[in-house]
Amino acid sequence: MSEVDELPRFPFPADAALEPPAEWAQLRSKCPVAHVKLASGDVAALLTRHEDVRNVLSDPRFTRPTPGDDAARIADSEGGGIYNSDMAEVIPQHGEAHLTWRRGIGKWFTAKRMNALRPGIAVMAEQLIDEMVAKGAPADLKASLGFPLPVWVICDMLGVPDTDRDRFSHWSDTMLSMTRYSAAEMKAAEQEFWRYMAAHIAAKREQPGDDLLSALITDPEPMSDRTLIATGIGLLIAGHETTANMITKMVAMLLSDRSRWEQLLADPSLVRTAVEESLRLDANLGVGLARYLTEEIEIGGVVLPAGTTAMCGMAAANRDEDAFERASEMDLSRSPNPHLAFGAGAHACLGQPLARTELQVVLEVLLRRLPSLDLAVDVEDLRRVEGLVVGGLVELPVRW
Amino acid sequence: MKITVDQDKCCGAGTCVLLAPDVFDQRDEDGIVVLLDAEPPAELHPLVREAASVCPAAAISVSS
Repeated sequence: MSEVDELPRFPFPADAALEPPAEWAQLRSKCPVAHVKLASGDVAALLTRHEDVRNVLSDPRFTRPTPGDDAARIADSEGGGIYNSDMAEVIPQHGEAHLTWRRGIGKWFTAKRMNALRPGIAVMAEQLIDEMVAKGAPADLKASLGFPLPVWVICDMLGVPDTDRDRFSHWSDTMLSMTRYSAAEMKAAEQEFWRYMAAHIAAKREQPGDDLLSALITDPEPMSDRTLIATGIGLLIAGHETTANMITKMVAMLLSDRSRWEQLLADPSLVRTAVEESLRLDANLGVGLARYLTEEIEIGGVVLPAGTTAMCGMAAANRDEDAFERASEMDLSRSPNPHLAFGAGAHACLGQPLARTELQVVLEVLLRRLPSLDLAVDVEDLRRVEGLVVGGLVELPVRW
Repeated sequence: MKITVDQDKCCGAGTCVLLAPDVFDQRDEDGIVVLLDAEPPAELHPLVREAASVCPAAAISVSS
């Protein structure tokens, strides 16, 4: 057996869907910089402490791997996964070019704009809950609410028809594969999504609307077509996959110990901090964020040479006792809550104010409309999504 | 309390504006932080401290 074969395989398996694997706590205390083997067989350095993860994510020298780097591959397919796709090369990752791109998109995700979306999101949540209730209990909260709500929001922002949502969902699941799809399937999904977005952007160029993509097209200093298409695809994937999963996981966590739900019913002003605490304690955040180290750094006394791929384990870091008091407990009033669920630094999640707004509004509406909401299965029977770089639950059966 | 913000570090995540809209705002053209009130009243201090603590870019500094 070679040395690589003896390394622990990452991500680690865990028995219970809402609980973290035991390895996280062990590594944080004994081996905060751990060499692990990814699904591809490539080796990465896994970071599990809050301070280390935050420092590496915030370090302006390092970004996610791009296809030209000799970085560890995330997926087991020949292509190597999302970081190795052609798309990964198009959006600038460094310095001034990244800043210009990010600031051009960032103005669409300001807190002010997100607050303006609140009433519309609440109306849509009410409508989806009405439809779910009309069909009767038990229902799958993911299919009824968690998935369609964020898809509708991001499609509306981008001016894309949300009736195409099953296609987006298939393409993004495939592009985010770690072990589930073949390289050919991943390539095909990327190409189909690319053609779809290219046609959509061409149509917007002919007839601009009141949406983000139209505004980017008509900007006095427009992006190249390739950048526009990659941006549209990136926003569509990021805007639905992650939030859809998070709505479902948040409700599951709050119902898995129903005293949490009751605490929120008694005091709905806790919604904001409850959302943050759900983000912090999410054990299914996904594989984490990779950073390609272009120069040597020292982390916690360990020297990582240039060329290392660091896997930042945000979910493990979010349970670090050195950063959070009673870190393993869910405290719905925890404040401040400097969790790393959205990453940190110049590349921190662009859509985080949108995600927060959606999560807060959904929770407010659910508490008001379905106070008797409860799990329709034992928490032990919840199953997690496997084989993608993002994590979630397969479904969330509920009754009321 | 005296607040300073570093616009070069800011990543425009809007976390501070969601928490304390009377103290922080974002530029319309790119979402970068704007400080509305560098010396806010005492009742806002807890939220401002929270905003500084959770800012993903560590772009907010607070001195007492």
